Amino acid sequence: MRFHAEPIDFERQPGVGAPLWRGRAADGEDLLRFAISVHRHDGRLCALWGSDERSNGHGFRVHAIFALDEGWQYLTLDLPADDPVYPDLSGVFAAANRMQRATFDLVGIRHDGEDQRPWLRHGGWPADWFPLRHDAGDSPAHENRPTDYEFVKVGGEGAHEIPVGPIHAGIIEPGHFRFTVVGERVLRLEQRLGYLHKGTERRLAGADFSTGAKLVGRVSGDSTCAFAWAFAGAVEAACGVEPSPRALHLRALLLERERVANHLGDLGMLGNDAAFGFGLSQFFRLKEDWVRLNAQVFGHRFLMDRIVPGGVAVDADAAGLAAIAGQAETIEREVRELQRIYDEHAGLQDRFLTLGPIDAALVRELSLSGMAARATGLLLDARCHRHGYAPPAPWGTLAVRPASDERGDVAARVAVRFAEVYESLRLIRLLAAGLPGGELRVEVAPVPGAAGVGVIEGWRGEVIVGVQLGADGRIARCHPHDPSWQAWPALEHAVLRDIVPDFPLINKSFNLSYSGQDI
Amino acid sequence: MWPVLKRILKTGIVSEPAPEAGDVHREVDRLNDEILRIVGRALTIREVDAGSCNACELEIHALNNPYYNLEGRGIKFVASPRHADMLLVTGPVTKNMENALKIAYDSTPDPKLVVAVGDCGCGCGEVGALFGPNYATCGAVENVIPVDVRVPGCPPTPLALLQGILAAVRTR
Ligand code: SF4
Repeated sequence: MRFHAEPIDFERQPGVGAPLWRGRAADGEDLLRFAISVHRHDGRLCALWGSDERSNGHGFRVHAIFALDEGWQYLTLDLPADDPVYPDLSGVFAAANRMQRATFDLVGIRHDGEDQRPWLRHGGWPADWFPLRHDAGDSPAHENRPTDYEFVKVGGEGAHEIPVGPIHAGIIEPGHFRFTVVGERVLRLEQRLGYLHKGTERRLAGADFSTGAKLVGRVSGDSTCAFAWAFAGAVEAACGVEPSPRALHLRALLLERERVANHLGDLGMLGNDAAFGFGLSQFFRLKEDWVRLNAQVFGHRFLMDRIVPGGVAVDADAAGLAAIAGQAETIEREVRELQRIYDEHAGLQDRFLTLGPIDAALVRELSLSGMAARATGLLLDARCHRHGYAPPAPWGTLAVRPASDERGDVAARVAVRFAEVYESLRLIRLLAAGLPGGELRVEVAPVPGAAGVGVIEGWRGEVIVGVQLGADGRIARCHPHDPSWQAWPALEHAVLRDIVPDFPLINKSFNLSYSGQDI
Repeated sequence: MWPVLKRILKTGIVSEPAPEAGDVHREVDRLNDEILRIVGRALTIREVDAGSCNACELEIHALNNPYYNLEGRGIKFVASPRHADMLLVTGPVTKNMENALKIAYDSTPDPKLVVAVGDCGCGCGEVGALFGPNYATCGAVENVIPVDVRVPGCPPTPLALLQGILAAVRTR
């Protein structure tokens, strides 16, 4: 299959996962042209990473995943072993910038553009040592001295900088924000991330499937179901295995429970950051009830290690399903009451409305996906039917309705979260009412040399995991991609024109993952 | 205002023992009381995420929900290590956070307590081993700063966290 007359032949990835086509670019020019064509058709750049293929008799490889209306396009480009360079895609897709820099830090393959600043490497290892090269060996002795980072300077009368982090004031992940302000107004925000980089991709190299699932399920703890499912989907696609309908429906149940848990927590935090502590205690009470039932029925408050390659590690019995359905009723009643209170609270609405706006054009420019994209009116949701797109099992039969709000501000992100809570509760009731039969877990026999990609609509947005197996059937390379890669730059735009004290509320309305992008 | 008050009254005080979870609630009360009795005043805690996946932080957040109600009882999370009696640190400590963690430790006035949180932060169990030292991390918190008490778990439950905090104040 070809897309938009570009001369690259794609093949559909087999299996029950999201619609995805795989192809190879003959050269850098091909990759760049394909990217331009995707951009012209309002597509997105979803992920980009690199791999060392020298032990397979090749050089290096760049992997890029794009999205068009009908699904995802996974394109690879082989690079020579000496001087591996590929075309800079950031002029086409701004989202490429940080992913390209991370790719250099880890694999040592370079894009040919301007911005060659390190992204994940802060000085913890030497600049000419690349952890994901097969011959990297143990990290060399090296003094861990934080390097200076060249923030973009903004001049002008009265402009000054406010550096924040890496350790922030609350109980929150670390990262650095550099505000340039005039008075209180934000002229520019530049983020520096990577503080939580823990070498997860290197830990994944050589891992078996069960270790891989544990590691990928801990890329971002609040999205463990989404990551575990995307990883399982990638491994299953690579090995030609299809989980049973029962396993797929249970996965959906777990994923929707994860979505509700996060939205409940964030809706409480959003109330709190707008000086409405009542919201925090009410929503946190509901969230605690919610995760306690997770522990009771599925054995873990945040559902870690419940989704595994081949299926799921847990079943739900009739009593568990009844408790789940009953809780969905109660929580819906309570959340609707709380939403009325939020909607009618003048102080809250005053803070939420028009704050931290982004629009659909920016969302497209930054290849944003997920909840924040839907809050600008874009109906992007991997679980939902839309023109030219058929969602994978089990979403097709569940007929998921995407939430949407066109305002693009904090109020819109709050409204979308409420709507998504209700829709997830509907799905949960539907799932709890009738799980199909089938094995919980089927055996996944590794296919040496095979590759696969999994795409899952997590609560923040699109979670993608790419897996390549080695000749020994173990994981040779695995790249987990969090949607926060694309959404962090959107936050840089959302704060412009507002004042610094509004930042926590705007930030919380996105609630992006640090660990997920730092991996 | 009325709907808010109505909701508050309807909810009641959830930290009271519920029939099925009565033991947990009594235990929470007991732990809180003992912590405050030993410290003799409010206990202040600075939480430092030095490399966590964020699930440990979710459970630390839960300590402030109405069921555990830590802040309401006088155990406060503070913004600066300079105001803290205790550091609650999650890991594995990344190389990129090693420096910031050391600064936070040095900025915390003596006598200070350090509680390492989670299998990653404690370097224990299967997950602790998976996230052990490598080119990007130093592994357990104790590899970077002295630790008084370890709270294992992936992530540890709020109750386990509370027990760990108590164990730490008991060492004084
Ligand atoms: S112990 Fe578990 S929950 Fe805590 S940071 Fe490590 S992986 Fe995450």
